[in-house]
Amino acid sequence: MKLAVQDLNSHYGPAHILFDIGFEVGEGEVVALLGRNGAGKSTTFRSIVGLVAQRTGRIMFEGKDVSAKPTHEIVREGLGYVPEERRIFTDLTVEENLEVGRQPKRPNAPHWDREKLFALFPNLGEMKNRPGGRMSGGEQQMLTIARTLMGNPSLVLLDEPSEGLSPKIVEQMVDAILTMKKEGVSIVVSEQNLHFARLISDRAYIIERGRICFGGTMAELDARPDIRDAHLSL
Amino acid sequence: MAFYVVQFLTGLASAASLFLVASGLSIIFGVTRIVNFAHGAFYMIGAYIAFTLTERFSGAFGFWGGVVAAALAVALIGVLVEMVLLRRIYHAPELFQLLGTFGLTLMVEDLVVLIWGPDDLVGRRAPGFKGAVDFFGQNIPSYDLFLIVLGPVVLGILWLLFQRTRWGVLVRAATQDRDMVAALGVNQKWLFTSVFAVGVFLAALGGALQIPRDAVHHAMDLRIIVEVFVVVVIGGLGSIVGAFVAAVLVSELNAFGILIFPKISIILVFLVMAVVLIVRPWGLFGKPEAAARKTPGLTVNPWRPLTSNERLASLAALVVAALLPLFAGNYALTVGSEIAIFVIFAVSLHFLMSVGGLASFGHAAYFGLGAYGVAFLAKLAGLPMIVCLLLGPLLGCMGAAVFGFFAVQLSGVYFAMLTLAFAQIVWSIAFQWVSVTGGDNGILGVWPASWAASPSHFYWLALGVAALVTIALRIAVFSPFGYALRATRDSVLRSEAVGIDAKRIQWTAFVIAGTTAGIGGALFAYLKGSVFPDNLGISLSVDALVMVLLGGVETVSGGVIGAIVYKALNIWLVSQTDLSKLVLGGFIVLIVVVFPKGIVGMLEVLAQRRRKSSPPGSSLLAKPIESAE
Repeated sequence: MKLAVQDLNSHYGPAHILFDIGFEVGEGEVVALLGRNGAGKSTTFRSIVGLVAQRTGRIMFEGKDVSAKPTHEIVREGLGYVPEERRIFTDLTVEENLEVGRQPKRPNAPHWDREKLFALFPNLGEMKNRPGGRMSGGEQQMLTIARTLMGNPSLVLLDEPSEGLSPKIVEQMVDAILTMKKEGVSIVVSEQNLHFARLISDRAYIIERGRICFGGTMAELDARPDIRDAHLSL
Repeated sequence: MAFYVVQFLTGLASAASLFLVASGLSIIFGVTRIVNFAHGAFYMIGAYIAFTLTERFSGAFGFWGGVVAAALAVALIGVLVEMVLLRRIYHAPELFQLLGTFGLTLMVEDLVVLIWGPDDLVGRRAPGFKGAVDFFGQNIPSYDLFLIVLGPVVLGILWLLFQRTRWGVLVRAATQDRDMVAALGVNQKWLFTSVFAVGVFLAALGGALQIPRDAVHHAMDLRIIVEVFVVVVIGGLGSIVGAFVAAVLVSELNAFGILIFPKISIILVFLVMAVVLIVRPWGLFGKPEAAARKTPGLTVNPWRPLTSNERLASLAALVVAALLPLFAGNYALTVGSEIAIFVIFAVSLHFLMSVGGLASFGHAAYFGLGAYGVAFLAKLAGLPMIVCLLLGPLLGCMGAAVFGFFAVQLSGVYFAMLTLAFAQIVWSIAFQWVSVTGGDNGILGVWPASWAASPSHFYWLALGVAALVTIALRIAVFSPFGYALRATRDSVLRSEAVGIDAKRIQWTAFVIAGTTAGIGGALFAYLKGSVFPDNLGISLSVDALVMVLLGGVETVSGGVIGAIVYKALNIWLVSQTDLSKLVLGGFIVLIVVVFPKGIVGMLEVLAQRRRKSSPPGSSLLAKPIESAE
């Protein structure tokens, strides 16, 4: 098992946000975390990498419990995180943004460098010295993913990669994610867009009001239109 | 003409040190978001250690080696401070770190006197730069020329460091988004420590390089820190180039101001700063600050009015305080009056800071204006005391109305800096307009009328006014105006979306706070019988900040408790020990580390723990929130 989240509970101050979240990701798998706006997808990801201060539960990554570690150590274990709001460094150039993400090679994960990433996202290669603040939303999304890949992660948490992108860019994003998968990166992708998720995912979990309410293959999900319609706005 | 050129070059030479210190402050603020008040202290220690080393080791190697070794030694001290003190308070409420570094500054001021003595120390001249260069009959010290070259060289080195190294890229990234840098696997702790070390190194180097030009003394920290704040704000927080340009600008204003506008030379710099902040709030080379990424749910204790039991307890405390004249002597009563006055001062700032979210660094301006208002009315117009007390604070009110109008256009650190600039302008006017204010000699003989002359009567007057003011402001907190003000504090955008005129509300709060401070100042003038420019000085503004933060900025009654504890401790320490600053500073640092929520905040946490012994999270409040993300 690549990643196993067990009994994850998170709070923001007095507000209880996540309730006993549990899911698993196999080696080389792409798993979708589906749910509406505000269901708790981003909080789940933020909790896994330790960006939510109040959280309990176990986060087993490659057989080790990483839940007590600070964020940077979790990430250095090879668990990459691509945030929803992109959060690129607007004052830094494309190359400098990539530099911030750079980490040493890892034996059990594919190695990425600038050339390989510019091949994956050709747009970025054409604007190496452009400040991040002067890029389009799609280009920023690509840069965020590329920046995380510079850390040579063996698993990536991708938070709503298709949000707010034009159909053409979404297509590129699908290709990029499938390439990442082919290279051997395990991926958890949070999505509201079932159509997008279906193109890339092996399995899916549905999260609603901070609870996991479904888990299964994409085919199993398609066999349960009642669940799909109740928890996902289409 | 040659004279002006020389004056210009002297200005440039002064700019070098200023730039070093300012760039250090700017870098530290950029990444850690700490307004490092102790930066001037590091500058001063740098100068002292360099003095010792250069005296001890002779020759060119001794001098230059001593300067660099001093800066490195201080950087090491900085690392210790960061690891032991600052790491514990990065997550404390904003500006709380300011209190911690202020405590540190107090300690250093006494420590250097303890180690190096109270006298000015005149250091060696730099080997190889002892002479002067003749320029059309005017002499320029060759050391000045060295400094003029050094400034741009350091700028170049810093530029390379930030643009061409991985460390520099990480620092720039962290300046923008610390959490994201951590989420990419960078250890923030060491990044912060290294940034702090570099910043402190620059400050200490600036200090060490001053020894051939200026005597080393134990007050040089406060003098530089104010100038450095000005430089950093004019240049733009976080911008190295900005710090350089602003350092040159400020130094030249100082060099030429004294020639061209001798009457307003001191305020010139602050006038420029005020204009820059109003026209371009983020400084000449800075960038508009992105809205702070607030973690939801940090302040979880909703405010509530006192329960009837608490009201009775407060009333009882007031009655006990009012009984003081029955058993205390005149000295104790005078101290009591002073504490009561400072309660007024502190609650006025607390109202602005805690309720309005506007941390003023120059609140003493309105306190002092109230005092001067009384002095003018009593001495120049000869009005009776009761009239003076009623009308005097109006000067504070007017000052707050004018300055507040501009100040509330800004927020956060920029607001703090603009209020500081305004306070310095007022201070300079009081200091330089000798014919009206008496300048440094102040206005003497402002004595209370006979009905309030005895210490016990004056004490009751001060206590009564303090109680009334505190109650009035408390009522305001829980009035519709108070709710609106708190709404603007929590989110200007959202409050405006529900129809609140945020700027107007904040301006009103500023005027209320300024007028209240003026009431305190009016009483203070009568207590001391005199008014001096110090009554509007920076150290008094800082005192007010410390009192509020000490009491607890996120609490309703923090101002009152903070003022009582701080002022009583201060007065008591001064009477007990020669090292009062060391003890007080140590006490402040301790409070910051152990009780980061302030005294009242700590009491509230204790009270809550007693009320419910169940662990947080499993309480009744734990309900799902649907809009979480």
